[in-house]
Amino acid sequence: MRTWIRYPVMFVVLVLLQVLLFNQIHLGGFLNPFMYVLFILLLPLSMPRYAVLLLSFFLGMTIDWFSNSPGLHASASVLMGFLRSPVISLITQKESEQSDYPGLQQTGWRWFLTYAVFLVVIHHLFLFFIEVFSFENFFRTLLRSLASSVFTLVMIFLSQFIIFRE
Amino acid sequence: MRNLFRFILQNHVFLLFLLLEVVSLVFIFNFNRVQKSRFLNTSGRITGTIYESYSKIEDFFRLPSVNRELAEENARLRMLLAHSPGGPVISDSLLTLRSGGELQYRYIAARVISTTVNRQQNFITIDKGLNDGIRPDMGVITVGGVAGIITHVSPSYATGLSLLNTRWNVSAKLARNNYFGSLVWDGRDYRKAALNEIPFHVELAVGDTVVTSGYSSFFPEGVLLGTVESFEKGGGDNFYSIRVNLSVDFRSLTYVEVIENTRKDEIERINRLHSGDEDMD
Repeated sequence: MRTWIRYPVMFVVLVLLQVLLFNQIHLGGFLNPFMYVLFILLLPLSMPRYAVLLLSFFLGMTIDWFSNSPGLHASASVLMGFLRSPVISLITQKESEQSDYPGLQQTGWRWFLTYAVFLVVIHHLFLFFIEVFSFENFFRTLLRSLASSVFTLVMIFLSQFIIFRE
Repeated sequence: MRNLFRFILQNHVFLLFLLLEVVSLVFIFNFNRVQKSRFLNTSGRITGTIYESYSKIEDFFRLPSVNRELAEENARLRMLLAHSPGGPVISDSLLTLRSGGELQYRYIAARVISTTVNRQQNFITIDKGLNDGIRPDMGVITVGGVAGIITHVSPSYATGLSLLNTRWNVSAKLARNNYFGSLVWDGRDYRKAALNEIPFHVELAVGDTVVTSGYSSFFPEGVLLGTVESFEKGGGDNFYSIRVNLSVDFRSLTYVEVIENTRKDEIERINRLHSGDEDMD
């Protein structure tokens, strides 16, 4: 699919999936996947950082709009968008040829998983702690965010085979 | 001046990041402070319509259990009717009746189109709004008991705080001996809540029923909240720490009734005469 139509479609699909499906999943009121971050992960690597930041903010606000949580997802997404570039340069070897589009097939599963694990865990930790807004029950919140991260990562991994394949 | 521009240009990513992060945090904190933030908008037209059409599909698969729930509720009401002296009166307490025989509480049936249980602040959105007589500060109950309270209303939808919301508590009492405290959700398990402010000298037993106290103007007296699961004498203060099993299954919330207290204004006006700053919830 051409890039200019691919990303808007992905945005809408991911927001609807998140709001209508994943927000309704709550195993024991504990696990809560936030699949929508896949959008930030899949943006082209060469995209200017300010554009990544603005899109992350817009995505987070859209999710917040549907979940009655003003600023919550926006702040976590903006942090994730900001740290995307440092994480990329941290895990990429200088000499290797890299595809511009992150993905299991495009950039190799090892690279893509490291990249996804870093950013998803950062996003989820920030999100869950800012939601509770205290370090009371620290380990419970930690466990919630890590367990949900695993859930999100599994969904992202699966999605690579089903929907967002080239 | 040129240095400033150069600084901004060189650090534009970081500055943009700071700006967006500050904007988000301002949203979060404003919302924390002012509960009636304008942002709360699952009752808005676009979001409301999307949630409603989706919940119609979901409802189809839920029909059997909803039917059973409604049949049970019917049976319960029929039994109440049969046992109440002098015809269809909801409660035998004189307090629930006006002198003219007009009911103090009116019930408006509605369908839940969106709700969550896994946040710290959970909300309920229903498919009735201003046009159906729903107003902010009305209580929401379901077959099992108290579900929440309405805070925002649009012409055809309304949103409110679920009982599973850490920013809200309900005035509750023990049905057995009428000692009252407040029921709060601690943000952990959607099936459990805590009952606070019950002093040590009160007799307690596991399984005791917890109901609304009727001291707030949102709910009539005696609406079910849950049963005592466990209690212990906490260290330090003179109150029990009591865990309550909530009677409502918030995961399968489908049909609710919104309670209109026709004398709410009157009650609030007279309360205000006494306690200028006392919080009434």
